[in-house]
Amino acid sequence: MNATQDTKPQSLAPAAAALVAGGIGAMALGLLTVLAEASTPINDALKFYAPAGPLSGKTTVAAIVWLASWGILRTVWNKKEVDFRKVTTVAFILLALGLIGTFPPFFLLFAGE
Amino acid sequence: MEISNRELWTVIHGMAFGALFLLAFGGGLAGLYSLRPAWVTQEGLRERMLRLKVGMWLMALVAWATVLSGTYIVYPWYRAAPPDGTTELSAYPRSQLLSSESTALWHEFGMEWKEHVGWIAPIAATVAAAVVMMYGERLASLPTVRRAVIWFFVAAFATAGVAGLFGALINKVAPVR
Repeated sequence: MNATQDTKPQSLAPAAAALVAGGIGAMALGLLTVLAEASTPINDALKFYAPAGPLSGKTTVAAIVWLASWGILRTVWNKKEVDFRKVTTVAFILLALGLIGTFPPFFLLFAGE
Repeated sequence: MEISNRELWTVIHGMAFGALFLLAFGGGLAGLYSLRPAWVTQEGLRERMLRLKVGMWLMALVAWATVLSGTYIVYPWYRAAPPDGTTELSAYPRSQLLSSESTALWHEFGMEWKEHVGWIAPIAATVAAAVVMMYGERLASLPTVRRAVIWFFVAAFATAGVAGLFGALINKVAPVR
């Protein structure tokens, strides 16, 4: 196959770092959604922008966790070979946990302190 | 023929940004799926890669614009609490929905799901765009990476789809005006 003669990285670590960080970001959003439902102090603390309520804090913190984890994984896995299948499995499990955590019938199970 | 500021922002959020993202998904998916050495020539690969990179980043940007405009512009109008004693709730969609058992589920399930799951879309779309940017034409010879990108891209579409569907339905039942 001669259609790929560029100088882009062949190591799969950068892709793995991006995918796992995406999973971590989604899971962080799911976890924060559950925690905000379960605890009034956490709910109140996440009201970064009052008119939008705790949604502003949940999403801001999740975005920060996502970007920070991406940077950390890029650094830690830099020039290392990763088991891509295993790592992407973890990424998709984290993504699924994020989807479950943001599903009302699940997070409302934790409602009311 | 008039449109209020709130209605205009609801249209920008849902029909301009949101619908653009959902409509562009098919093109992006086709581009990623057909990225196979046996299916395209080197010239074809180079030509479609530029389009794919630009398209993926535009979609990620549009996804961010959708959630940011939704959370910080439209959502505060939706969830605003009416003053005590207010009986006319049409200017307060959340309270209007919760005021009746027959409509409460639109907020308790639909809006609660939409406002949270929609935020997974820009994260997943950005991840997919970043990997396409990093690997470029090499993605054609890395099927495991390409498949992982496709699944993240599908997750972005599915979550945006849920958010968009409930947004449209809720805005029919209790519009932001």
